[in-house]
Amino acid sequence: MPLPTAPVLGILADNLRLRGSVMPLSRKKATGWADGLDLPRGGKTVLYTGHLYQLMPSIAALTSKLERFEDSLLNRAMGIGRAVNRKINLSSLMGREDRKVREVCEERLRNIARLVKAAGVNYGYLYEEELYSGALVYDQGLDSTFAEHAAKVAEVFRRNGVETAITVDPHTTHVLRSIFPGIVSDFTLKVRSYLEVLADSPAVPVRPLDLDVAIHDSCVYARGENLVREPRALLERAGARIREPESHGRKTLCCGGPIESLFPARAKAICARRLDELAAAAHHVVAMCPICLMNLEHGAEGRDLTVRDICEPLAESFCGE
Amino acid sequence: MTAPTMIEQRDELLAFTNNGGCINCGTCTAVCPLPKENVMLPRHILRLMHLGQREELIARADAIFSCLLCRLCEETCPAGVSIPECVRYLRGFMNRHLHHLEKE
Repeated sequence: MPLPTAPVLGILADNLRLRGSVMPLSRKKATGWADGLDLPRGGKTVLYTGHLYQLMPSIAALTSKLERFEDSLLNRAMGIGRAVNRKINLSSLMGREDRKVREVCEERLRNIARLVKAAGVNYGYLYEEELYSGALVYDQGLDSTFAEHAAKVAEVFRRNGVETAITVDPHTTHVLRSIFPGIVSDFTLKVRSYLEVLADSPAVPVRPLDLDVAIHDSCVYARGENLVREPRALLERAGARIREPESHGRKTLCCGGPIESLFPARAKAICARRLDELAAAAHHVVAMCPICLMNLEHGAEGRDLTVRDICEPLAESFCGE
Repeated sequence: MTAPTMIEQRDELLAFTNNGGCINCGTCTAVCPLPKENVMLPRHILRLMHLGQREELIARADAIFSCLLCRLCEETCPAGVSIPECVRYLRGFMNRHLHHLEKE
C-alpha cells in the first residue's frame, strides 16, 4: 500500500509555511558546510545552495523510515502525524540521520565552492539568510504554498542586492531560472549552474583524470534546462573518457528518486533498471543531482559499480583536492 | 460554494496547458519509466482529462502522484504537449479539491 499522499504533502507544506523549509534545518546544518572557507557574506554574485544537499541526510533518514511504513498499519496514522507536526517539528524526530551522509553532502558543497573559485569567479554566500528554493512543493502542485515561499526567496535576493546566483543542483537551478520569473514579478536574477560557470571558464585541470565514466544525466538539467554539454565538456577537459549509457543526454532515464518518499517500491524498480543501463556503460558513474545520487548510491549497494557526485572527480582534477 | 467539476476545470486546463494538442498516440506511455503494471500511464491520464472524467481521475490520485515529472514523455511527444505540466495541474486540482491542502 503506498503512503497516504495527503498527510505527507500536508506535512511538507505545513513545514514550509511554518518553518521555512519542507524539513526544517538548524543554522548549523544549513551553513556548516561553509565553515572555514571564509566566503564573504552576500555580494552581487552568490553561491546559492537552495538547501537541497543539506536536506539529503534528513530525507535519507525519513525515506528509510517511510519505506517501513509503506506496508504497515502505521501508514494510517499519518493523518494524526500531520496534526501533531503543526505543533511539534516531527520530521526532526522521524529518523536519526547518518553523520557520514551529512559529511559527504557538506564535502560535496565545499567541492563545488572550490570549483567556482577555480573558474575565477568572485562570489559570496548568504549564510543563514539563504532559503530553501521550494522545488519540492512546486513539483507536488502545491502552487499557492510555493508562490508564497517564492516571494520570500526573491525578497532575500532583492534585500541583499544579488544579481547572479550560482546554483549547485538541477532542481534549484530549474525553479529559480525557469519557474520564478513566471510567478514572481520583476524577478531578474541571473541564474547559472556551477557546471555552466566552470565549463565557460578557462579553468585548466591540475591533475588529469584517467577514467572511463558513464554520466547519469539529471532529467531536470537535461530536459528542463538543456544542460547536457557542460558535464561532458568538463570531464573530457579533465581527461576522462565518456562512456554513454543507452539513455543519455536529453533522452536520459529517470533514477526513480522523485517518488522515493511517496512510492518507495516503485522508485526501487525504476532505479534498478537505470543502474543496469549505467553498469553496462562503465564501472564509474557520475551524477549531478543530490536526489539522483541518494537513490543511485542506495540502489548500487552490492553491485560492482561506483557512483559519485560529478563535483568529486572535477574537484580532484581542477582543484587538486 | 461547490467544488468546480473537472469539466469546468478542463477549460482552465486547456487555457493554461497545451493538453488540447494530444492525439492520443500513446508515445508518452511507451517511454514512461514507471512500471507498466498497476499504474495509470500518461496516455490514459490525458484521455480522462480530455473527457472531463473527474471521478475516474480522483479514484486514481495515486497514479497522478506517482509521476516522476521526468519529462521523457514531453521530450518524445509528437504533438509537443507539456504532459508533466498537465500532471502538475492535476496534482494542484487534487490538493485543492480532494486533499484540501490549499484554498479552492
